[in-house]
Amino acid sequence: MCGKGWAVAEDINTLSALPKLAAKILITVLLGGFLGATLVRLAPGFGVDEEELDARLSAQSVQALRETHASDANLFVFYFRYLNRLLHGDLGNSRTLQRPVLQLVAERLPETLKSVALGLALGWSAGFLLAVAIVMSRAWFLDLLGSLLVGVLLCLPAAVLALLFVLAQAPARLLLGLVVFPKIFRYSRNLLARSSALPHVLTARAKGLGNMRVLVWHILPTAAPQLLALLGVTVSVAFTAAIPMEALCDLPGIGQLAWKAALGRDVALLVNLTMIVTLVTLVANSASDLMGRTFRTSEA
Amino acid sequence: MKWARTTAIVFLLAVSSACLLANVIAPASYAYQFREEPNAAPSRHHLLGTDDLGRDRFSRVLYGTRVSLLLAPAAALLSSLLAAFIGGIAGFSGGWVERFVMAGTDLFLSLPWLFLLITVRALLPLNVSPILSVLITFAMLGCLGWAGAARIICADARSLAQSDFILLARASGSNGFRLLWRHLVPNLKPVLYAQFWISVPVFILTEANLGILGLGVAEPMPSWGSLLRELESFSTASGQSWQVVPLILFILVVSSFHLVLTKEELPV
Repeated sequence: MCGKGWAVAEDINTLSALPKLAAKILITVLLGGFLGATLVRLAPGFGVDEEELDARLSAQSVQALRETHASDANLFVFYFRYLNRLLHGDLGNSRTLQRPVLQLVAERLPETLKSVALGLALGWSAGFLLAVAIVMSRAWFLDLLGSLLVGVLLCLPAAVLALLFVLAQAPARLLLGLVVFPKIFRYSRNLLARSSALPHVLTARAKGLGNMRVLVWHILPTAAPQLLALLGVTVSVAFTAAIPMEALCDLPGIGQLAWKAALGRDVALLVNLTMIVTLVTLVANSASDLMGRTFRTSEA
Repeated sequence: MKWARTTAIVFLLAVSSACLLANVIAPASYAYQFREEPNAAPSRHHLLGTDDLGRDRFSRVLYGTRVSLLLAPAAALLSSLLAAFIGGIAGFSGGWVERFVMAGTDLFLSLPWLFLLITVRALLPLNVSPILSVLITFAMLGCLGWAGAARIICADARSLAQSDFILLARASGSNGFRLLWRHLVPNLKPVLYAQFWISVPVFILTEANLGILGLGVAEPMPSWGSLLRELESFSTASGQSWQVVPLILFILVVSSFHLVLTKEELPV
């Protein structure tokens, strides 16, 4: 088969893999929701309300409060009801905020997506460009400086960074960039260094090819599939770091919502948020996998 | 970088020894309140001053570091053992067992880590004692943090199961538990060791995140999370620069854990 014919066949294969991938994501999300619901159901504090600690409540009132949770006692019934509602576009109601979960998510998800997109753009630009500069220039002082900066950033929890941002009155949205930057830098630096030591790259250099040409035509194509896989992973990292960022910097996204739900022991809201973030990260991972596969195919 | 590794190990040993001797070194209990001296500056009696409740900050740093330095490795050990058990069985058995176990692992990995943690943490009983809350927090980290390591161990166990020495052991009549215990586990030790050391700083960082968010160890028990939470009240204008000492110590401890692993043992 000629090169073009092979590429077309692979494109068709990639397209036919899409429904399979979508089914896989759906099953994973459903199983993930079930796992989340199981963990929640088996947690020792399930069904215990903070209101029960109110000394003004009588024994009957406490009993009545407990009975409101009784319908969720059976895990399968709890999950079946949840799925049934989900099919009708209803994610249930938040117990603490007294509002439909879908409405809360619709209001707050765009805010988080904006922060995550900006953070990823910043983190990737800074991390990748610094890694390229170090590998291509082979400047030891730049490498040392980059490694020290990344070493310190990797030792700081996202919540501490958020506190420091609040203290410095820095724009909170930049924080996610700082969280993903060290991971991108370290991984891409190692990957690019490894690719630049490959025999065909050394040959290209020996033949007198310029730095930019070696990078674009020989190093990047080798490293691209793994870098694309890293893109999916960083989406998950950014979503995780969104919780402390939004909670401490007072940004009204789903991270802050999850934190409030955790403090208020709002089971329905937490399970829904976990499933939504799982879905987003799975889609991001699958998309980056697919892009990597397509890239590998076109390279072949 | 051998000197950096040696320095890191010596530093960790020194900090661990100081924390283990906290009962002797600390001038007061972590919960004792010097009510007449809240927010005191460092002095001979209070080396790092006191917090806003009048508790000696140096004592709290010692006890808090002890909590993290004892329990994060314990949680890492738990997660490494779980990963060894799950990944080892999957990789060694192969076939549908491996596919089934790895599908479960992938499922676990796709759940966002901090979302899952705060969900489980939020549903713990309301009336747990501070000591129990510490144990629960780290046990939860250990129980939920095995999936990434299990994948790596599964891949290693799979390649070992197909190696010549295992084939020879099988041919010599070794099978089942003996094959697993005598031949596979000793060869998985380096990867288990690396996974253990990678997990320790991850768990320390996660506990700190949970603690700062108010979902970690319960007061008055100190931990890195509650100590770093004090930064909320820090202000450069107030001139209380000693409040940053726990943060500096935290960075040094976590970076020392990062330095313990050699370059070859670290993932890409």
